[in-house]
Amino acid sequence: MMQFTCPHCGPRAQAEFVYERTVDSVVPLDASPEDAMATLFTRNNPRGVDDEIWRHTYGCRAWMVVTRHRVTNEIIAIRAVGPEALS
Amino acid sequence: MNRYSAFGLLRGAFNGQKHWQPAWRDPEPKSHYDIVIIGGGGHGLATAYYLAKVHGLKNIAVLEKGWIGGGNTGRNTTIVRSNYRLKPLHDLFEFGLKLWHGLSDELNYNVMFSPRGAMFLGHSDADMVKLAERGDAMRCDGIDADLMTRAEVAKFEPLLDMSRDARFPIQGGLIQRRGGTARHDAVAWGYARAADSLGVDIIQKCEVTGFVRDGGAVVGVETSRGRIGAGRVGICVAGNSGHVANLAGLKLPVEAQTLQAMVTEGVKPMINSVIMSQSLHCYISQSDKGGVVFGGDPDNWPSYAQRGNPMVMEGAVAQGLALVPALSRLRMVRTWSGVTDMSFDGAPIIGETPVRNLFLNGGWCYGGFKATPASGWTYAHTLATGTPHSLNAPFALDRFERGATIDETGTGPMPNSR
Amino acid sequence: MINFSFDGKNYTAEEGDTLAAALLRNGIGLVGRSFKYHRPRGIMTAGIEEPNALVTIGTGGRTEPNTRATDVFVYEGLVAKSQNRWPNLSFDVGSILGLAAPILSAGFYYKTFFGSAKRWMLYEYFIRKAAGLGNAPTVADPDRFSQRAAFCDVLVVGAGPAGMQAAVDAAEAGKRVILVEQDSILAPSLVRDPQEQDAAWISATAGRIRAANGLILTRTTASGYWEHDLVTLTQRISEPGQIPAHGVAQRLWHVRAGHVILATGSIERPMAFAHNDRPGVMLSQAVRTYVSRFGVIPGKRVVIATNNDDAYKTALALADSGTQVVAILDARPAPAGEDSGFRVYNNAVPLSTKGARHCLTNVSALVDGKPISFDADLLAVSGGFTPVVHLHMQAGGTLDWNDAAQAFIPATSRQNVTTIGGGADPQPIFKMVPVSPPKKSFIDFQNDVTLADVDLAWAEGYRSVEHLKRYTTLGMATDQGKLSNMAALGRLAEKQGVAIPEAGLTTFRPPYTPVTMGLLAGAGAKDAGAHVRQLALYQLHAEKNPIWQPLGYWFRPRAYPTDGETLAQAALREAKAVRTTVGMTDVSTLAKFEVSGPDAAAFLEIICATTVSKLAVGRGRYTFMLREDGLVFDDGTVWRLEENRYLLTSSTGGADRMATHISYVRQYLCPHLRISAVNVQEHHAGIAIAGPKAKAVLAALIGEEPPRHMSTVPAVIGGVPVIILAASYSGERAFEIYVEANKAATVWVACESQTTAQGGTLYGLEAMEFLRIEKGHLVVGGEVDGRMTPHDLALDKMLNKAGDFIGASGLSRPALAEPGRRQLVGLEAITGDIPEGAMLVTGEGTSPQGHVSAAAFRVLAGGSIALGQLTDGFARHGEELIASSPTRGQQARVRVVAPHFYDAAGERYRD
Repeated sequence: MMQFTCPHCGPRAQAEFVYERTVDSVVPLDASPEDAMATLFTRNNPRGVDDEIWRHTYGCRAWMVVTRHRVTNEIIAIRAVGPEALS
Repeated sequence: MNRYSAFGLLRGAFNGQKHWQPAWRDPEPKSHYDIVIIGGGGHGLATAYYLAKVHGLKNIAVLEKGWIGGGNTGRNTTIVRSNYRLKPLHDLFEFGLKLWHGLSDELNYNVMFSPRGAMFLGHSDADMVKLAERGDAMRCDGIDADLMTRAEVAKFEPLLDMSRDARFPIQGGLIQRRGGTARHDAVAWGYARAADSLGVDIIQKCEVTGFVRDGGAVVGVETSRGRIGAGRVGICVAGNSGHVANLAGLKLPVEAQTLQAMVTEGVKPMINSVIMSQSLHCYISQSDKGGVVFGGDPDNWPSYAQRGNPMVMEGAVAQGLALVPALSRLRMVRTWSGVTDMSFDGAPIIGETPVRNLFLNGGWCYGGFKATPASGWTYAHTLATGTPHSLNAPFALDRFERGATIDETGTGPMPNSR
Repeated sequence: MINFSFDGKNYTAEEGDTLAAALLRNGIGLVGRSFKYHRPRGIMTAGIEEPNALVTIGTGGRTEPNTRATDVFVYEGLVAKSQNRWPNLSFDVGSILGLAAPILSAGFYYKTFFGSAKRWMLYEYFIRKAAGLGNAPTVADPDRFSQRAAFCDVLVVGAGPAGMQAAVDAAEAGKRVILVEQDSILAPSLVRDPQEQDAAWISATAGRIRAANGLILTRTTASGYWEHDLVTLTQRISEPGQIPAHGVAQRLWHVRAGHVILATGSIERPMAFAHNDRPGVMLSQAVRTYVSRFGVIPGKRVVIATNNDDAYKTALALADSGTQVVAILDARPAPAGEDSGFRVYNNAVPLSTKGARHCLTNVSALVDGKPISFDADLLAVSGGFTPVVHLHMQAGGTLDWNDAAQAFIPATSRQNVTTIGGGADPQPIFKMVPVSPPKKSFIDFQNDVTLADVDLAWAEGYRSVEHLKRYTTLGMATDQGKLSNMAALGRLAEKQGVAIPEAGLTTFRPPYTPVTMGLLAGAGAKDAGAHVRQLALYQLHAEKNPIWQPLGYWFRPRAYPTDGETLAQAALREAKAVRTTVGMTDVSTLAKFEVSGPDAAAFLEIICATTVSKLAVGRGRYTFMLREDGLVFDDGTVWRLEENRYLLTSSTGGADRMATHISYVRQYLCPHLRISAVNVQEHHAGIAIAGPKAKAVLAALIGEEPPRHMSTVPAVIGGVPVIILAASYSGERAFEIYVEANKAATVWVACESQTTAQGGTLYGLEAMEFLRIEKGHLVVGGEVDGRMTPHDLALDKMLNKAGDFIGASGLSRPALAEPGRRQLVGLEAITGDIPEGAMLVTGEGTSPQGHVSAAAFRVLAGGSIALGQLTDGFARHGEELIASSPTRGQQARVRVVAPHFYDAAGERYRD
C-alpha cells in the first residue's frame, strides 16, 4: 500500500485515496469531437512514469496529480489541483 | 510427439519414465515466418495451434519474452464460463466453452477441464431479476443457465452462509452447469505441445523490441534474438499490449491494472463449484490439489508492478468469508497478481490495427482465461484470412471511435469504474 | 505439566514446549503421512519451515488444519490429530499409493484421464478426496481477529542477537522501534546455542529496549513487505485451537516504517539422498534445539551428516546430553580444524536410510566412494544455510551470489531496508552433488517431489524454474519451498550446465508463512464490515414495520404492509392511494447538489445535457447527464432557487458517482469558474407528497398557495424552514419537501398528519415503481443502463442545442446514430403477465431483440405493462412480440406501444 504526501494533509496511506484517471485521458472542454474521442479512447499507458489524477477521498477530498512509476511505484511528484491551486 | 495415455504411463513405470520426449522443441528462430505471434501465453499458443490445425499453416512462430504461460495464463483463478449478458460476449465465450469440453482429447494433454458449475449468487430481489435477465439472454441464444432457489443454492454449496442476517444474505443464484475450472498451466503447455507437434516454432526468451516497417506496413520484428521477418504479425500480450503497440506507434484503448488472487493450503473437498456474486466482486473455487482459490476486486489504479494493495486483498477475503465462514481457519499460502489489460468497454479487442499486417488481440480485462480457445480460434481465423471471424468481428479496435462499444456493465470508458 | 492429546491419546508436555517437542518428549516419531505416497513422516525441523509434521489442532470452529507441530506451543487441553491417513497413522491404507509411485511421477495426471469432461469429473472426485491434507471446520469461527495500524522509525524483524542489538541501538538513540519475533521467546538461536552468549544478555537487552519505549512482539511474523516500507505483521495472541483470553485470536498489523532492518537469519538445508524423508531424519540445528532448548533427546544413536562446521555443535550438544554420536559424515575432503573428538568420516555423504515407522534403524553412506552402514535411529543433517531473503525480495530487492555459502544474499533494494546478521553473511559450505539414485531422493517433502521428478521435468522440456516448479509442484506446498527451492535450483543449474545464479529464481511473494484467512478478513467478514447509511427518518419508518429494500448501503422502505398484506398487495394499495387521494414517501437518498455563484448556470450546462440557464428564478426542469462518450448515465432535476443559486438532484444509486463527477469537473476541468458546488445529499432529507389531494396537504402544511408544477419556493412547516420543489415522479400532482436532516422528523410528522387527514397513506419504493412505470419515467440502472444515447431514450429533443455539455463530442460518433440500436418502448400484455428482465423475441428460438427493463401493472385499470429496450423500437409500435423468460418458465405476448401508460399530456399537473 503506497503512501502519498497529500499537499494538504501530509503523508497518508493509499487507502485514503481514489484513482480517477490519467492526465493524458482528460478531455478539455473545448476539444474538437475528433480530438476528444482520440483522447478519451487512447492512453499512453506507459510501462514507466505517468501522470495520474487521484483524490484524497477519505481525507480532505482534494484532487491532485501524482507522477508515479507504474512498475516500481516510486512517487516522483504530487501537486495540488483545483481553484486554490490556481494562484 | 509421443502420445500421452495411461498405457504410456504404465510403460514408463518400467523404464523409469525415460521414454518421454520434450513437450516442445527449443528451435532457433528462422529468418522469416508467414505469421509471427507476439506473446506465448494461452491465447497466443492457442492461436498458433489453430493456425496450424484448422488453417494448415506451418510456417508460424510464437515469440515469448520469458517462458510460455508466464503471464496471466499462469496467474488467473482458472474460471471457465460463458454466462455473459450481451450477445456478442456470450456467443464468443460459448463458442469457447464448447471447445473446452473436448479440449483435453483434442490436445492429448489433460487440461483438467471440470464443468462443476459456475454460479452467481443473488443477494436481493433486484439481484435475482438481474440474474434472470442474464439467464434469459443466454437461454434465448441457446446457452445453459438455470435459476436456483435459496434451497437449491444451499444444497449445492452447503458451506454458504444462508442465514437471513448474514452479511450478504443469499436469495438465490444463477448457475451455468457447463462452466467450471481448468488447470491453467496445462492449457498453455497443452496448446504449446500440440502446436509444436504441428510444426509451429515456439521461441522463448525472445522479446520483441521493435517492428520492421516497409512504408507503413509491418514486415517483421526486431527481437532480443535478432530480426525476424513476417507476413503478418499478431500481438497477443495481455497486460503488455499498450507497451508493444507503442513500438508500432499505436496508442490503444487499454489501461494496465493489477488483479490480485490467492490460494489457501490444500484441504479436503469443501467447495464444489465456482462461487461468484451478482453484487460482490468475489469468486471462490477449490483446485484439485485442495487449495481454495480466491479473487476479488481489482486494484483500480494503473500498474505494471504485478503486486497490489494488501487492503484490497483483505477486503476480498472479508467478502469471501462472509459468504463461506468455514474458510476462516484456513491459511492463505500464496498470493500473486497479474497485469490486466483493461479495455474501455470491458470487452476484448481482436482484429486488425491501423498498421497494415499488424493485428491485435488484447483488452481482455480480467476475463481472458476462459476465452483461451475462442480467442485462439478467432484470432487464427483473422490472421490466416486477414478478415475477422463472425465471432470476433464485433470486437474491432475501431469500435470505440465509431461508437459501437460492447459494454457489459454499462459503465463506460473509465477502467476504474468497471 | 500441561495436558494435551494427539490422535485421541493423552500426554503431558512441559511449559514452553512446541507440540513437536512435546511429541518427541513422549517418544512419538510418526506424526503424518505424505501427500501423494502416504509415506510415514515425522518431525524434520524445529521451525516454520517444517514440511512434514502437519496436524489438525483444535475443535469446532477453532479447528486449524495443516498446522506445523513445530509452530504451535502446547497449552492445557490442546487437541491434535494427524492428517491424511486412514484409518490411522500407523496403518494407513493410502500407503498403497507408494506402490504406484513409478506411475505417479510428476505431471502424470497431464498424460492420462482422457475422455469426456464428465469422465474427468469422475476421476477428479477421487483425486480431490485424496488431495489436500487436513479438513476445514464446518462451523462458524467463534473468535475475533483484530487489525491495527502502526508507525515507527525502525522495524526490526527477527529478535536474534543481531536484531536485538539493532533494536536496542535504535531505541536508545531515540527512534521509535518495533521489534518482532515469530518464536515465543526472544533470541531462540542463543537458547539453542547457549555457549554463544550469556542468557542474561537477552533479558537485559529486552529490558533496555522496553525502557526506551520500544515495542517487542513475540509470536509475530513479518508476513509481507509492500510499497513504501509498509510491512504487514501477523501476531498470534492465542495458539492454534486455543480459546483466546479476550476473544481475539490474532492481530494483523499494518506497519509503516521509516526503515526496516531484517535480521531474519537463515534456514538450514536438508540433503538429497534416498529415503531422506523418513521419521528420524532431522535438520541438525533442529536436533540441537530439541536437546538444548527443550531438553528432549530425539534419538539414542545419532549419525550426523554435514558439509559445514555448524553441525559439530550438534555433536557437542548431543554428547553433553549423554547421547551417542555414532559418526559424523563430513562431505568435505579434509578434517576441519582440530580433532573434534568424534568419529568423523571425510568425503562422506549419506546414501540411504532404513527405518521403522517412527524412527530410523540404519543409515548408509558413501565414504570415499565406498559404502558403509551404521545402526542409528536419528540422522541429523546439515546441507548448508539459506538466508531468509523473502522480505528483502518482496521489497523489490536484488540478490548477490555468495559462492562460499552456495547461497543468495541480499544486495540492493529500492526501499528502506537493510539485512544484517547471519542472513547477510551465511556460513561457507562444501558444495555437494547428490549421489543416490534420484527416485527416492526427496526435494519437496510435502508435495512428494523427488530429484527424479526434477529430472523428468527437465527431460520433458519444463526447463525454466517456473515451469519446473509448476510442473512438479515443488515449492507450492504449505512450506512454500523453504527447504526445497535451493535444491531444485541446484539440480536445474546442473542440467543447464550453469552456475546456480544463472539458472533463474522464482518470485518471492507474501505471505512469508501462511496466514489465517480470518485474520485477513478481520472484522470485515461480519457486520462490522458492513457500511450502513441510515435514513435520517429511519426511526419513524421502523415504527411502522416496513418491508426494507437494500439500495447500495441504504435501506429504504419498500412497502408498509398492514394486517397480513403481502408486499404486492401493500404496494398496489399504496399506489392506488397516490392516484386517487394522496401518498407520502421518503426521498431523502436522492443525490443533491447546491451550485452557487455567477457561473453556476454555465457550470450546470457543462454537467447537464439540457439547458439550465433558461430557467427563471423559482423554476425547475427535468435534466439528464451524459458521460464523455455521449451515453446517458444519470438523470434528475435542476431548480433555480435564487438568481445565482441552483439545486441539482439526481439518482440515489448514482449519487456517489455524480458527486465525484461534479467535483472532478469543478476542480480539474474548470477551476477558474466562479462557483461553489456542494454535495448536500445528506444535508437535506426529502419528503414527497403526491396525488390529487397533494395540493391540499401542502396548503395546510405551509399555510400558503403551493407552487405550481415545476416551480420552487421556500416555506416553513411546523416552524422549520423547508424548500418546496413541485416535481413529480409518480405522474400525479406532487411536491418534494427538502428539510435539514436533523429537523426532518418534525416535518415528517406534520406531513403525515395532514396526509392522513386527507385520507392518504405512506407509500414505499414498490408503489413508486408502479407509479413511475405507468407514467413512463426512467430509472437509472433500469432504462438508463449506461448504453443508451439521449435519442435511444427519446430525450434528444431536450438536448441543449448550444451543445457544450460533456458528452456532446461522444454523441458525434457514427454508430450512435445508426439504425439497429436499442430504443425505449412501452409494452402492454396481450396474454400473460410480463416478467421483468425477460427477453423480447419475435418467436420461439429466435435471438432477443430487446428486453423488459421494468414491469408493473396499471394501477387503477389493472393489466400488465412494462418499459423496455427494443431494436429500432420507435418504428415498431403496434408490433406483437413475446416477452420470454426461460429461466423462470414465464412468458407473455406483448404489444409494442409508446412508453407512457398514464396521462401522457401531463393533465394531472395542471391546477
